[in-house]
Amino acid sequence: MKERALQSESSGGLEDRIDAAWIWDRIARVVIFAGGVSAIVLIVAIFVFVANEGLGFALFDLDKGQFFGSPNWRPTTEPEGEFGALALMAGTASVTGLAMLIAVPFSLGAAIYISEFATGRTREILKILIELLAAIPSVVWGFIGLTILNPLIIDMFNVPVGLTVLNAGLILGLMAAPIMTTIAEDALKAVPESYREAAEAMGASRWQVIRQVVLPSAKNGLVAAALLGVGRGFGETMAVLMASGHAVHMPTSPFDSVRALTATIAAELGETAQGSDHYRVLFTLGILLFLVTFVINLLADILVRKGGGKRS
Amino acid sequence: MSQPTIEGFGATPLDIRNRRNQKAIRLAFGAMTIMLIVPVVIILALLIARGYPALSWDFFTTHPVDNMTKGGILPALVGTLWLVGVALIASVPLGVAAAIYLSEYASDNFLTRLINLAIINLAGVPSIVHALFGLGAFVLFFEFGTSILAASLTLAVMTLPVVIVSTRETLQAVPQSFRLACWSLGATRWQTIRKVVLPNSISGILTGVILEVSRTVGETAPIMFTGAVFFTPHLPVGVLDQTMAMSLHLYSVSTQVTDVPEALPYGVALSLIGMVIVLNSASIAFRMHLRRTKKW
Repeated sequence: MKERALQSESSGGLEDRIDAAWIWDRIARVVIFAGGVSAIVLIVAIFVFVANEGLGFALFDLDKGQFFGSPNWRPTTEPEGEFGALALMAGTASVTGLAMLIAVPFSLGAAIYISEFATGRTREILKILIELLAAIPSVVWGFIGLTILNPLIIDMFNVPVGLTVLNAGLILGLMAAPIMTTIAEDALKAVPESYREAAEAMGASRWQVIRQVVLPSAKNGLVAAALLGVGRGFGETMAVLMASGHAVHMPTSPFDSVRALTATIAAELGETAQGSDHYRVLFTLGILLFLVTFVINLLADILVRKGGGKRS
Repeated sequence: MSQPTIEGFGATPLDIRNRRNQKAIRLAFGAMTIMLIVPVVIILALLIARGYPALSWDFFTTHPVDNMTKGGILPALVGTLWLVGVALIASVPLGVAAAIYLSEYASDNFLTRLINLAIINLAGVPSIVHALFGLGAFVLFFEFGTSILAASLTLAVMTLPVVIVSTRETLQAVPQSFRLACWSLGATRWQTIRKVVLPNSISGILTGVILEVSRTVGETAPIMFTGAVFFTPHLPVGVLDQTMAMSLHLYSVSTQVTDVPEALPYGVALSLIGMVIVLNSASIAFRMHLRRTKKW
């Protein structure tokens, strides 16, 4: 404003140009602000549109005891479908659990190697490879589970079906590991170099430095990496749909076929009549998925904010 | 390697043992890294070996025939180009605007934290929930029907965080002194952004856009119910048409179609993964080139 007051004393032409620039600045500010808050608008819109179809059903029509307590998912039986989601939840939990059992130690190890041991060219190449692995689409992972892992599991363990918790867990573990490695490596990199130097100056070996200085300082970021891996596994759709066998079943061993929450929506949404109970219960599953991933992301964000790594 | 021999400074047994342990630990972590990469490399090699025989010029330029058990993937290829193109038109301006806001305007306040949380969640919400949103919002509420437009907008929402995050990083890498110099000449904030900040980060933004294209190409769940179909004999001519897509085509030929010759799904998988790897490598190469030639 002060700038304008000064300019108003000079010639008319210049004043007009400044005014135009000032107006454009105002317009840009509004447009860019709208873009800035678009992410908030969109995430709210996602919840509203999914809840619009599913929340009413979840609150009034759905038998909650059956939903959380029964493993019987028979959405198309007459006259009323049975909507017990326990087996679906167990399916998601078993696959994600197995995936994390595989992915967490390996990605932590890989992150430690890349951040603390590897140097120069080796580190660059490893980082690029990990980034490329993270780019493989989930439908290709599902295809790999279907065509490569499936016969392998049948042969190795002499079981009749290879599309099982084991298959989907392995696929999901391989999928989640590159992302977890990247985030964990960021967390390790965020530990100040001076910490390491101080420990080394006192005679600590590289392993002692890692175990007693670097890992404790990066703890929050590493837990966040694991959490985000869980979120990723929990929400994965195509790979789990294709590799898990897609059978409604309470898993008792890694060689059981299961069905995941996400895969159920993907497989059944196309066949339901819009507005039917079956259609609406799938949106209810969507609300459940939305809320759980929201909480996981929130927790990870809080952990990172408390220190020990940055998020990309 | 000979040890130092000066009296009193030689390696003690403890030193030697420590050194051996160090080596073992380093090796163990290196092995874990390798074990993460090697299985995937073997799998990719298998995909190439089995899919390569299916690839030919005809494979990319003809329609599928005989219930999709023979013929090429032309409509899926063209459909994916449509989906990616329309998604980019929607998401790049919005994502760049959001990144400009976060980098050039936002102060560290509650709203900014909220925006960042929203971005993280947009990226973290399961793809099938994006599909439900696309169905509820674009297909039904805005009445676009199952169309390229609805599917592309769903993809745009889903991949928006990729553009925002990469663009924000590029913008923030422009030195503050550039902006100060421009402001001190009397330029407005917008003039500074348009004439100084954006020209200096345009290639970085492009890197992020390539990355987004790669993500969009592979997504399957969000387009299943919003615009991509199992089979259509026609190539799309407008944004309200339905279309086939590479990712969904891979799902179809590997799970839904019976009596498919073995090589066909491998060919589709190889084409899809080839597109994604090429795009990602281009983005990485571009980024490294930028880092090397950066003037500041």
